[in-house]
Amino acid sequence: MRYDSLLDLVGGTPLVGLPRLSPSPAVRLWAKLEDRNPTGSVKDRIAAYMIAAAEKDGRLSPGAIILEPTSGNTGISLAMVAKLRGYQLICVMPENTSTERRELLEAYGATIVFSAAAGGSNEAVRVAKELAADHPDWVMLYQYGNEANARAHYETTGPELLADLPEITHFVAGLGTTGTLMGTGRYLREQRPDVQIVAAEPRYGELVYGLRNLSEGFIPELYDETVLTSRFSVSSADALRRTRELLQTEGLVAGISSGCVLHAGLALAAKAEEAGKRADIALLIADGGWKYLSTGAYSGTLAEAEARLEGQLWA
Amino acid sequence: MAIEVRIPTILRSYTDGEKSVEGTGATLGELFADLDGRYDGLSDRLIDESGLRRFVNVYLNDEDVRFLGGLSAPVSDGDTVTVLPAVAGGER
Repeated sequence: MRYDSLLDLVGGTPLVGLPRLSPSPAVRLWAKLEDRNPTGSVKDRIAAYMIAAAEKDGRLSPGAIILEPTSGNTGISLAMVAKLRGYQLICVMPENTSTERRELLEAYGATIVFSAAAGGSNEAVRVAKELAADHPDWVMLYQYGNEANARAHYETTGPELLADLPEITHFVAGLGTTGTLMGTGRYLREQRPDVQIVAAEPRYGELVYGLRNLSEGFIPELYDETVLTSRFSVSSADALRRTRELLQTEGLVAGISSGCVLHAGLALAAKAEEAGKRADIALLIADGGWKYLSTGAYSGTLAEAEARLEGQLWA
Repeated sequence: MAIEVRIPTILRSYTDGEKSVEGTGATLGELFADLDGRYDGLSDRLIDESGLRRFVNVYLNDEDVRFLGGLSAPVSDGDTVTVLPAVAGGER
């Protein structure tokens, strides 16, 4: 296959069966391999869409500075697109994210502003909003509220899934900005009204929930509860266990958020199996495992890995 | 047997610092009312006149109760309820 530029390679990712993890021929799990995007994560889709939208509406012009709160993948995707389109990038990133992400961003020439570990991405969002107010010439694409984020999935991820799996009954993805679930979910629901749209969200250690006040809570502007059928909270221990299971059973080296998604997917599969219903469950594999090796997620016992992950943002 | 309710750091001032408390009830709403009898003011932090407060997420055995009927979600002995503030969390 031949492409003119790396940007043309975004999307069109493969859907692969997970026969060893599927409970029966009637209840099947499928993995949408988003790690096959140019920078290795699903975020290439939204980076390309958000930048194209900002160029179209005139917010971005050559040499502009893009600002974004990101714990890593979006930053790396934006860094790649910005590099190719001629923009500078400043990322606001929580200090408790993996070294690989920081090093990759620096390699792309992005500037990183670190936000305090306590509060996780909440704090990164707050700092980025402050910086944006102080620097009106910087362009904050703001993935949590940017319609182009959800639209990228409505126009690409959703149609790709339906084309590869017309019999789809469930779609499971990480919650994050909610863009993946909102966009893909809306598209699939229009085409298959009975489809279940299921969110899997990481449950972190207490540090990440260290708000001073409940009113400091955060819900992404893109989030529309009515798109979802259910929403699961998955502990670090379960996410890690499933990430390893994915590797050991199906040979897939996925990031830890995919373990989170698999955990929810297996619960849905067991439910369908028990009810004697057919199911084709698509799991969104947001990225590969390579960027998380330094977290120790893949080595030693599960308990050791869990202890090492405490206080880190793993998804 | 009872229902275990895990309390986030930010609300432990209402539970004498306890990370986890126990209560009873047939629904989530009844469970919260039961807890409020012993932990004064806790319920008010979790719910308002419209139901669960906007930035409060409650999970019944790891599933978001907003998709299980909210305060009328049935609960039973041996269940675990986890209360967490809504935060931006991780990925992105």
